Amino acid sequence: MSQEVNLHEQVGAMTTHEVHHDEHHGHHHKETFITKYVFSQDHKMIAKQFLITGMIWAIIGGLFSVLFRLQLGFPNETFPILEDILGKWAAGGKIQPEFYYALTTMHGTVLVFFVLTAGLSGTFANFLIPLQLGARDMASPFMNMLSYWFFFIASIVMVSSLFVQTGPASGGWTVYPPLSALGDASEGSKIGMDLWLIAMALFVVSSLLGGLNYISTILNMRTKGMSMTRMPLTIWALFFTAVLGVLSFPVLLSGFILLLFDRHAGTSFYLSDIFLASTQKALPNEGGSAILYQHLFWFLGHPEVYIIILPTMGLVSDVMSANARKPIFGYMAMVGSMFAIAVLAFLVWAHHMFVTGLNPFLGAFFVLLTLLIAVPSAIKVFNWITTLWRGNLRFTPGMLFSIGFVSLFISGGLTGIFLGNSTLDIHLHDTYFVIAHFHIVMGVSAFFGMFAGIYHWFPKMYGRYLNNTLAYIHFWITLVGAYLIFWPMHYQGLAGVPRRYLDFSGWASFNQFDGLNRFISIVTIMVFAVQLLFVFNFIYSIFKGRRVTTQNPWGATTLEWTTPINPGHGNWEGEIPEVHRWAYDYGKDGRDFVPQTEAISPNESPESKH
Amino acid sequence: MSTLLIIAILLLGFIVVFQIAKASEYVSVLKGEKKTFEQNNKINGFLLLAFMILGLIGVYWCNELYKGKILGEAASDHGEKIDTMLYITIAITGVVFIITQILLFWFSFKYQYKEGRKAFYYPHNNKLEVIWTVIPAIALTVLVGFGLYYWFKITGDAPKEANVVEITGKQFGWIYRYPGKDKVFGKKYYKNIDEGKLNQLGLIWDDKAAHDDVVTNEAMYLVVGKPVKLIINSRDVVHDVGLAHFRMKMDAVPGTPTTMWFTPKYTTAQMKEKTGNPDFEYEISCDQMCGKGHYSMKGIVKVVEPAEYLLWLAKQKPNYVMSNPELETKPAVPVATPADSTVTAAAKIAGSNSN
Repeated sequence: MSQEVNLHEQVGAMTTHEVHHDEHHGHHHKETFITKYVFSQDHKMIAKQFLITGMIWAIIGGLFSVLFRLQLGFPNETFPILEDILGKWAAGGKIQPEFYYALTTMHGTVLVFFVLTAGLSGTFANFLIPLQLGARDMASPFMNMLSYWFFFIASIVMVSSLFVQTGPASGGWTVYPPLSALGDASEGSKIGMDLWLIAMALFVVSSLLGGLNYISTILNMRTKGMSMTRMPLTIWALFFTAVLGVLSFPVLLSGFILLLFDRHAGTSFYLSDIFLASTQKALPNEGGSAILYQHLFWFLGHPEVYIIILPTMGLVSDVMSANARKPIFGYMAMVGSMFAIAVLAFLVWAHHMFVTGLNPFLGAFFVLLTLLIAVPSAIKVFNWITTLWRGNLRFTPGMLFSIGFVSLFISGGLTGIFLGNSTLDIHLHDTYFVIAHFHIVMGVSAFFGMFAGIYHWFPKMYGRYLNNTLAYIHFWITLVGAYLIFWPMHYQGLAGVPRRYLDFSGWASFNQFDGLNRFISIVTIMVFAVQLLFVFNFIYSIFKGRRVTTQNPWGATTLEWTTPINPGHGNWEGEIPEVHRWAYDYGKDGRDFVPQTEAISPNESPESKH
Repeated sequence: MSTLLIIAILLLGFIVVFQIAKASEYVSVLKGEKKTFEQNNKINGFLLLAFMILGLIGVYWCNELYKGKILGEAASDHGEKIDTMLYITIAITGVVFIITQILLFWFSFKYQYKEGRKAFYYPHNNKLEVIWTVIPAIALTVLVGFGLYYWFKITGDAPKEANVVEITGKQFGWIYRYPGKDKVFGKKYYKNIDEGKLNQLGLIWDDKAAHDDVVTNEAMYLVVGKPVKLIINSRDVVHDVGLAHFRMKMDAVPGTPTTMWFTPKYTTAQMKEKTGNPDFEYEISCDQMCGKGHYSMKGIVKVVEPAEYLLWLAKQKPNYVMSNPELETKPAVPVATPADSTVTAAAKIAGSNSN
C-alpha cells in the first residue's frame, strides 16, 4: 500500500493537483492488527512505536539512576529489599562496586542513545516530517519500518545483557579500552561488553536507515509551494540532525568493530604494554593506541550531543512561536545558527580529550572551535527570548516546557564555556562539574524539548488531550527538581570531586558533601516519581483523555493541523494541500494566525523577507 | 516493611493526585474552557516570575552555603593561573546568566495572555541580530585569549631544573619511581614485570641506569617551591592522575607516556596549618574510570622541605637491591645510600618475605 501511496504522493507533488486520491485512502485496504500496530509502515504509527519504546527505556534508565543515587546518598545504609530483587549485585543490601558501575554505564548508554536519540528523533522525525511537509509518508516506509525493528532488536540485545552472569558493560558509557577490551580487567568487559557492542551496532544500523530516510524525504517530498525556506524550524532541525547522524555514526561503528577485533581476534588497535594484576600476566599486544579509540568515539560522541539537542531546538521554536502567537524571531538566523552548529559539531571532538596527553598546540584549535559554538547558541537564545517579547503568551504545558528548555539551555550552555576552555578543563575534567553541565544542557534540556513536543502534538497523535493539571504538576516539579539536583553539583565539581566514585568515605578531599549527596538523592527519587506520573497520564490519556473536537486546537499555521483529527495512513483525505507562505504568520495584519495553506491576498502586507 | 510502606504511600499519593487532576478537568468543563485557560495562565505566569526570583535567591544561597567547602587556595603556581581563569569566566558567564534568565522569565510574566492584546508581528531585525552575534563573539574572544595564554604557560616545557618523578597507575593503586643519583631513569619493559620479585615496573637490570632507581608505593615526595615534572604511565588500563589541590590532571595511558609539570607552593605541614586540619594530606585521585576499584584508587603526595626530601630519598633502597637480595652479599654492588647497614637489613627482610 505504501508504495502506491508514495507514487501518488509524488505524482501529486510534482504535477498539478488534478489527480484525485480519495479512493486510495478509503477503506478498501484491509489492515490487520499486525500490519497496523506491529509491522506498520505508517510513519505515524512508527513514530508512536519509537516514542513508547523510548519511554520504556527512559523508565529503565531513570530507575538505574535512582538505584545508584541510593548508594551515593546513603552510603552507610543497607536496603535489604535490593538484595531480594538483585541478588549478589546488592549483597547484604548494599550495591556492589561492579553493579554500581554497570548501573552508571547503562544509565548513560540508555539515556543518550536509546531515549534521547532513537526515542526523540525517531518519534518526532517520523511523526512530523511527512505531516509538516505535506507528504503522505516517508520516502521509504519499508526502510522506516526496518529502522524501528533494528532499534527494537538492539533494545532486546541490550536488555539481555542485563541478565548475563558477569553483568552488563560497566566501563562507563564511553567504554574506553583497554578496560572495555579485557575481560580480565573487569567483569563487565566479559560477555556483557560483547552484547553491548552488538546492540550498539544494530542501533547504528537503525539510526542510518532512519536518517537516510529523513534526509531524502525532506529533500524530495515537500508539497507544492513548500520551499526549503518555508519549512518549519522543526524540519530544519531534524534535517541537520539526520545529516549529523549519517556522517558520524559510521565512524563510531568502525571504532566498535576494531574494539571487537581487539577483544576476540588478537589484534592490537587499542592495546599496548599491558600487564594485568588479576592474572599476573603481560599481554602480547604492543604498538596499539588507546587514544585512537577515543578519537573515533568522540568523532561521533560530540555530534551525538547535537543529534540530541538540535531536534528539541526545532520543537521548542515551533511550540514557542505558536503559543506566543508571534512569529519566531530571526527565522534565517535560526536556520543559519543550526547549520553553524552542525558544521562545528564535527570540529570539536577533541575537547573531550584535553587531558589525554593531546598535543597542547592542537588543543588550542579545539578550544577556539569549541567556544565558537557558543556564538550560534547565543543567537538562538536571544532569538527565543525576543520571540516572547511583546507576544500574547498562552502557558500551555508545551509552552511551559519550552520556556523551561531555554532556561536550562542557558544554564548548561554557559558551563560549557568553562569546560571548552582547556585551561579550566584541566581542573574540571571528569568531575561533577561535567556531570552537572551535560545533564543540564543535553539531558534535562532535551527532555524538556521532548516533553514540549509530546504535550503539543499528543492531540495530533491520539486525537485526545493529556490531562492539564497533571501536566502542570509534572512541569513544575521537574523544573525545580532539575535545578535542585544539578546546580549544586557544580560546586562539587569545583572542589574536584571525581565522577564515577561510589563512596567518598576514604577521601579527605571529597567527603565534605554528605548532606548534599543525600539531598540530591531524595530530590532525584521525587523527580523520578513525577515522571512516572507523566507516563501514567500519557497511557491513561491515550484511551480516556478529553477528546479533541477541532481540527486545529492550538491555532497553529503548520500543515499537520490541516489533516483530519485522526488521520489515516496517507494523512490527507483529499489532495495534499498547497503551501503559500512560511510557517510563522502569527499576528500578521492583526489576524491571530494565517495557515500556511492560505494564499497571499493582494492587500496583505508583503511577505516577510526572513 | 518500611519499603513496602513507602511504596504504599507513593501509590496512595499517585491516586490522590490523579483524582484531583481528573476532578479539575471536570470542573474546567463546567466552568468553561476559556475561563479555566485564563485562570491557569495567570497562575503559571505568576509561578514563572516566582521561580525566577526564588531561583536567583537560591543561586546566591547555594553559593554562600558551599563556597567554603570547595577547595581553598590553589597549592601550585599553575593552580593559581587556573583559579584566575575560573574567576574571569565566572564573572563573564555570571553576567550573561543573570541577564538572560531575568529577561526570559520577565518577558514570560509580562507578556502573558491578556484578552484583546495583539501580539507584535516582529519577524526579524538585522541590526539586533548582528549585535547579539558580535557581542558574544567578542566576549568569547576574550575568554579564548586568556584561556590559551594560561594553557600554553601550563602545558609548556618544564624548566630544566625540574625534579622528574615517574608515576604509574595500575588497578588499583599508584607506583612512584625516582631516577636516583644518576638522574636518569633506567630502561623498562612491561614483559619484565614480576611482582613476586618486587619488580613491579619491569625494570631492565642490564641497564646500569636502572640500578639506582627508587620505586615505591608509599607516597610521592615533592620539594616545595621546586618545579616537578611528572612522567605518567599506566600498567594496564587508562587511569588519570588527579591532583585537586594543585588543580592538575593528566591521563595515564598504557603504552603512551604523558607528562605534566607544576611547582608545589606549600608543604603538607603548611597545608595542615592553613586548613586547620592536622590530618591534611594532598591526595591523588584516579579521575578516569578504571574498573571496580576506581573509587578507591588513592595516592598521597607529600610536599616537604628540600632537606627533608634528601633525607627521605637517602633512606630509600633502590628497586634493584630489593629485587635481587642475593646481590647484596657481594661488595661490588653499588648501593645508593650511605646508611648501608640498615638498608641491607631491611632488604634481607624484604627479600625473605618475597621468597
